Amino acid sequence: MHSLQTLRLSIPLRTLWPKLAAMLGFNTLVALGISATGAHSFGVSWVFAQCIGLSIWALTEPASRLWVCVLETDWPRLLLVVPLGALGGYMLGSLLAAWFLGMPWDAGLAGLQNQWHYLLLSLLAGAGCTYFFVSRTLLQQAKERHAAAQLHLAQAQLQLLQAQLEPHMLFNTLANLRVLITHDPTRATAMLDRLVDFLRATLSASRQTLHPLSAEFARLQDYLALMAVRMGPRLSFSLDLPAELATQPVPSLLLQPLVENSIRHGLEPQVAGGSVYVSARREGAMLVLEVADTGVGLPGQTLVPGFGLTQVREQLAAAYGAQASVECLAAPAGGSRVRVQFPLKV
Amino acid sequence: MNSPTALIAEDEPLLAQALQAALAQAWPALQVLATVGDGHSAVAQALRLQPDVLFFDIRMPGLDGLEAAAALADAWTAAKPFPILVFVTAYDQYAVQAFEVQAMDYLLKPVQPDRLQKTVAKLQSTLAARTQNTALVEGGFESTLSQLRHLLGASAATPTTTPKPTLATPLQFIQASLGQQIHMVPLAEVVYFEAADKYVRVLTAQHEYTVRTPLKELLPQLADGEFWQIHRGTVVRAACIARVWRDEAGKQFLALREREEKLAVSRLYAHLFKAM
Repeated sequence: MHSLQTLRLSIPLRTLWPKLAAMLGFNTLVALGISATGAHSFGVSWVFAQCIGLSIWALTEPASRLWVCVLETDWPRLLLVVPLGALGGYMLGSLLAAWFLGMPWDAGLAGLQNQWHYLLLSLLAGAGCTYFFVSRTLLQQAKERHAAAQLHLAQAQLQLLQAQLEPHMLFNTLANLRVLITHDPTRATAMLDRLVDFLRATLSASRQTLHPLSAEFARLQDYLALMAVRMGPRLSFSLDLPAELATQPVPSLLLQPLVENSIRHGLEPQVAGGSVYVSARREGAMLVLEVADTGVGLPGQTLVPGFGLTQVREQLAAAYGAQASVECLAAPAGGSRVRVQFPLKV
Repeated sequence: MNSPTALIAEDEPLLAQALQAALAQAWPALQVLATVGDGHSAVAQALRLQPDVLFFDIRMPGLDGLEAAAALADAWTAAKPFPILVFVTAYDQYAVQAFEVQAMDYLLKPVQPDRLQKTVAKLQSTLAARTQNTALVEGGFESTLSQLRHLLGASAATPTTTPKPTLATPLQFIQASLGQQIHMVPLAEVVYFEAADKYVRVLTAQHEYTVRTPLKELLPQLADGEFWQIHRGTVVRAACIARVWRDEAGKQFLALREREEKLAVSRLYAHLFKAM
């Protein structure tokens, strides 16, 4: 991820060859243009154009690689690198071309005062080429960033799914089911039905963004009933949903991670087990949902939000922005209490 | 030889029953002396009943399976050989990897009859070999201790479900709250750490502080070799250890240079103290 945050203008060596080919072609075009004006023959124009063009490139390319590392912040430096490179490249290239052609060393420079348009041409060509290459680099980096973002998103979705289908819970449930099939087929059937509902809800939760509060409570009921088979007398639970709130839309499986936390971190470590209480109520214009347990309580004074709590926060923020809140409270009789609130839909 | 005996520690009642039923099928001679639902009872009952085989669930309330096994190894004084351990888990990929590395036997839930049959065959041959060769017993206990040490080390280092920020540089100061104040205790002054019920005691030559960061999370932040773990709940600065001795019952203790108290050394870590 780091390499994506800093937009580097560093290009591996193998990309130099296509760039060189592009430069040679561009310089040939410039030579054609100059010879078309009739000022010089094509041969002379071509040697001058290649020498000057390649010299400009040879000066600006290393300078921009060394000095313009992060395009997004360093781009103003190009305003210095390109004109200086063009001026230096023009002089160096003129000397080289004169030497190649066996002309006096100052043949290209002597008339500098009345050939200023060649210098201007060099400057424009340098700026044009730099613009071309820079925008290509930026486009390439944008593509890479997009691909990385896609990958990150897919990973996040996979992580979410894995957390929802917690394998430990799944295999333990299946192990219980395996026992019940022989000893208590009626209970086995009931447990399997709960598991099917739970799995269906979990798998569709990523696609469905909102569902009625009654559906949310039904899924929690499934999950808690499955856990109650596993934990036996160590788990008791109750759900309290006032009838008038049953149709309120809520992000799907919003409370699931909180109930899982209550069981995993609150009740499971406790030898005697305990109870979970989930409730919904109306407070003014707000819908208040609460998950309370009589477990071992919150570790320490400050809670480091884990994956579950972070997930709830993100889901709420996405749906309600700053109007929603999550609070973790220590329950009066030990245990923990998490309170979620967001605006009621009227 | 008397009929072999076993103890099952599993917190889910149906699964405990099921394992017992499956064992009755796979190994009719095996007598399951008790099933318990938490780690503390597992240790207490194992000490009382002294079974030949232990089936320990990994995730249990109280102490988890590994911690219970380590506590039992420490408290084991019986003349009878230390029980053979079989861990049971539903899905702990890190634990399973660690078991493979340590060549520890384990069962995955739901327990399949074929797989259980293999475990039973292995247990039977180990028990038979033990009765013929007492040297195996001593060696077996030593290797169990070393396996447990590695497994506990591995479980401390594995990522938990809630990823904690890890520090690249070793800890310099312990920030301990005392009333309304935060005391900055230089790590160099710490003689030892001791886990208490819900916190960790930090002891210097003169003072005592408490922090709420669990020992498991503190350990990886300490520089290698500077502190030695000598017990499940005790980590001592190696340079502060004065001497180590054994009492009549064979329990190992150590005395500190700068403090009066003696600290118990777990059997798991007794290998640290050998004369050069």
